[in-house]
Amino acid sequence: MTPSEKYTAAAYLVVFVGVLAYVVIIASKLGRLQREVARLVELAKERHEPLELAKERQHG
Amino acid sequence: MKALSSRLPVVAGGCLVLFTAALALAFFYAPTDANQGLSQRIFYFHVPLAFTAYACFGWGAWKALRHLWKRDPEADLESYVAIHQGVIFGALTLATGSIWAKISWGVWWSWGEDQLVLFLVLFLFYCAYFMLRYSVDPGPQRANMCAVYALFGVALIPVSFLAIRLSKSFIHPVVFTSHGYNMTNPQFLTFCVCLAAMLSLFVTLYSIELAGKRLDASLRELRELLA
Repeated sequence: MTPSEKYTAAAYLVVFVGVLAYVVIIASKLGRLQREVARLVELAKERHEPLELAKERQHG
Repeated sequence: MKALSSRLPVVAGGCLVLFTAALALAFFYAPTDANQGLSQRIFYFHVPLAFTAYACFGWGAWKALRHLWKRDPEADLESYVAIHQGVIFGALTLATGSIWAKISWGVWWSWGEDQLVLFLVLFLFYCAYFMLRYSVDPGPQRANMCAVYALFGVALIPVSFLAIRLSKSFIHPVVFTSHGYNMTNPQFLTFCVCLAAMLSLFVTLYSIELAGKRLDASLRELRELLA
């Protein structure tokens, strides 16, 4: 490879790696949001369960 | 832009098609420059990256103005995301420009070049935006301060763009002059496709990041309600 080819490849590679790094960061943030949603669903279920039990006792 | 988030797969697909076309044109269609040889092809990504960075900062400033003028509740977040994108595109502009400088001029950086130094000033100015944003507690005061800062920064864009034309001694090539573009038609077509690809990348990444930030804000609200 000539120096011109090496530098041109490096320039295009920098853009590709830059965009890839950004996508990886966004993907990790998305993973964190998914875990947060799962945690909030669990919390909502815990809140909802005592109400369900109380309703069952009333009917029972 | 809210409608744009719902059409994200289409935008992302368009971005992929444009990037494929841009790479194909840059390497197989555009003629090799007689003076610079293969390294001239860096231009097809370097200049669109710089123009996209300007577009990001301009969009961020427009949203900042909307925040101050219309009190649009979404404008502060949109301005922040656009400036964040601008800093990413700006960093890539500096990196590709530096590689081009090394092969063309034999140096990674030249402090004597107004165009380079002014772009660096613009980039550092917007880097400092994040220092301001994260040093103030969230709220209307922070949104106002950030909006004013973003508006000040946009004044640097025409200065940065025109620096190369106002400078008396330069080695940085001038492609766009008042007489038109200084390149062949196939080169100009390739440049236009590359610019469209880069702008579509900005729209795609902007929509993704904005959707993520909005989701994060909604979850924070939900967490507070459940706490």
